[in-house]
Amino acid sequence: MRVTVIGAGVAGLTCALELAERGVAVEVLERGAQLGASACSWFAGGMLAPWCELESSDPLIARLGAESIPWWRERFAGTLINGTLVVAHGRDAPDLMQFAARTAHFERLASAQIAGLEPDLAGRFAQGLYFRDEGHLEPRSALTGLAARLGELGVAIRYGVDAPAGSPAGRQVIDCTGLAARGQLTDLRGVKGEMVLLRLREVSLSRPVRLLHPRVPVYVVPRPDGLFMVGATMIESDQGTRISARSMLELLSAAYALHPAFGEAEIVEIGSGVRAAFADNLPRLRRHGETLYVNGLYRHGFLVAPALARRAADVLLHGSHFPEVMDADHRQRRLA
Amino acid sequence: MLELYGTSLRSRLLLGTARFPSPAVLTAAVRASRAEVVTVALRRESGGERAGQGFWSIIRELGVRVLPNTAGCHSVREAVSTAHMAREVFATAWIKLEVIGEEDTLQPDVFGLTEAARILCAEGFEVFPYTTEDLVVADRLLAAGCRVLMPWGAPIGSGRGLNNLFGLTALRAHFPAVPLIIDAGIGVPSHAARALELGFDAVLINTAIAQAGDPARMAAAFAQAVEAGRAARRAGPIEPRDLAAPSTPVIGTAFRE
Repeated sequence: MRVTVIGAGVAGLTCALELAERGVAVEVLERGAQLGASACSWFAGGMLAPWCELESSDPLIARLGAESIPWWRERFAGTLINGTLVVAHGRDAPDLMQFAARTAHFERLASAQIAGLEPDLAGRFAQGLYFRDEGHLEPRSALTGLAARLGELGVAIRYGVDAPAGSPAGRQVIDCTGLAARGQLTDLRGVKGEMVLLRLREVSLSRPVRLLHPRVPVYVVPRPDGLFMVGATMIESDQGTRISARSMLELLSAAYALHPAFGEAEIVEIGSGVRAAFADNLPRLRRHGETLYVNGLYRHGFLVAPALARRAADVLLHGSHFPEVMDADHRQRRLA
Repeated sequence: MLELYGTSLRSRLLLGTARFPSPAVLTAAVRASRAEVVTVALRRESGGERAGQGFWSIIRELGVRVLPNTAGCHSVREAVSTAHMAREVFATAWIKLEVIGEEDTLQPDVFGLTEAARILCAEGFEVFPYTTEDLVVADRLLAAGCRVLMPWGAPIGSGRGLNNLFGLTALRAHFPAVPLIIDAGIGVPSHAARALELGFDAVLINTAIAQAGDPARMAAAFAQAVEAGRAARRAGPIEPRDLAAPSTPVIGTAFRE
């Protein structure tokens, strides 16, 4: 079998690698001129946080996410399992209680334990939640790592190539083009996300920290070289070219609220992208003729892509069926 | 029937559409609430651009009346221009007017509010102002042309219920003929039932449903509470009193002096 994967974001590359590892002849077509040039994956937080996501997501996301963490660990050496720390300022304590009530797989921490995990946050928060088994990765190195591994397996990624209309003769197609597939998947919508990348040497964190706030919950993810990614907004919008001043204010205020030293950080980069989502914010594999669409990963791209890639490969190679991600409308399942 | 700017509504529960886990959950909650009006925060949800088409079409497909709001506006000018945009996007003259004056409590800036209400009413908008329980402000809003008022129960999203019972009942008594909708701060269905028992015409709920563990189930609970509160109001509640009033006559009871 020969398979063309369209789209070199996290969904496309994980699908391509999963197939290549199973001995399938794969090629990847990417409309951008280089890796990440037109993928919202490039601006992702890279948090592997299935149990935190239970706060507002269907349990399916936690299951797919928990399954995906080992996949990342086996294939990308930069996958760190240092947990996730969730904190709130005293006046937002009810938000922390609510977060704890909706999630699972965490320990409650008092101030001293928070200081033990993250010395630079000592004395700043009275209580927190620690999701020990969660991880994070740097999305750009992860994508680069996947591309390199594909190269080793002889898979070519052809950049600057627009997907041909209809599938090429004799080839199966996996379409991972996100919002660009909207013409075919008419129930997709865009959810804009914005992030800032800061550099600060005075503070170091070992794990993503989520700061709960009734209006502007944000996370700060540490990256190598003194960098911190602060994200991410969720705005019902299809246009993601620029960050708004309001979003920038909110992200920076939240970083400052986490630690005032962020006031002195350098702003290294401002990014924004548009995630593709279905109405229930759950991903789907959907078959149209010879094309299998893997789409609607919403804000869960790195979290769930490996589990979806596995299922996509099983669908293509063995004709498997996975109702949880393949039913045309599985919100009926959830809301029945 | 509840009448708002000439529109008759069966349901006395209005639903805000922000902060739901997903549009699918929102859709289920709207159905379960039996609400006929939903509010939409134009500015925050679309980033101020005319780009939220995916979300707007989900809202339109709900098949309910849309009350766009100016949430997140801090000045008269912002609120007025957001109202203009709302009229274009949703083809409605209705606008829920919010002019926020204080960041921590999201308390309305009542001075900006009355000014923006005057401008928008003059332009033909049908304005639903988010206000406090202040009688003088209410009077000014009505003078500006508003025919519905939306006093807060408590700060937005706080879930504290009806914070100032005295002020709210005074407002109700002062303006017996004006539709009054409790707009913010409702946390649980009993708060909503209380508002209707006190004679308020309707309640608008967002956070208490959107952030509940099971929003659709909570929406159904609110629908029942609102119906119960309204029915109780119409049934004529008894006046509370300080001493026990036996429900069975005691005079002449055997062995009693």
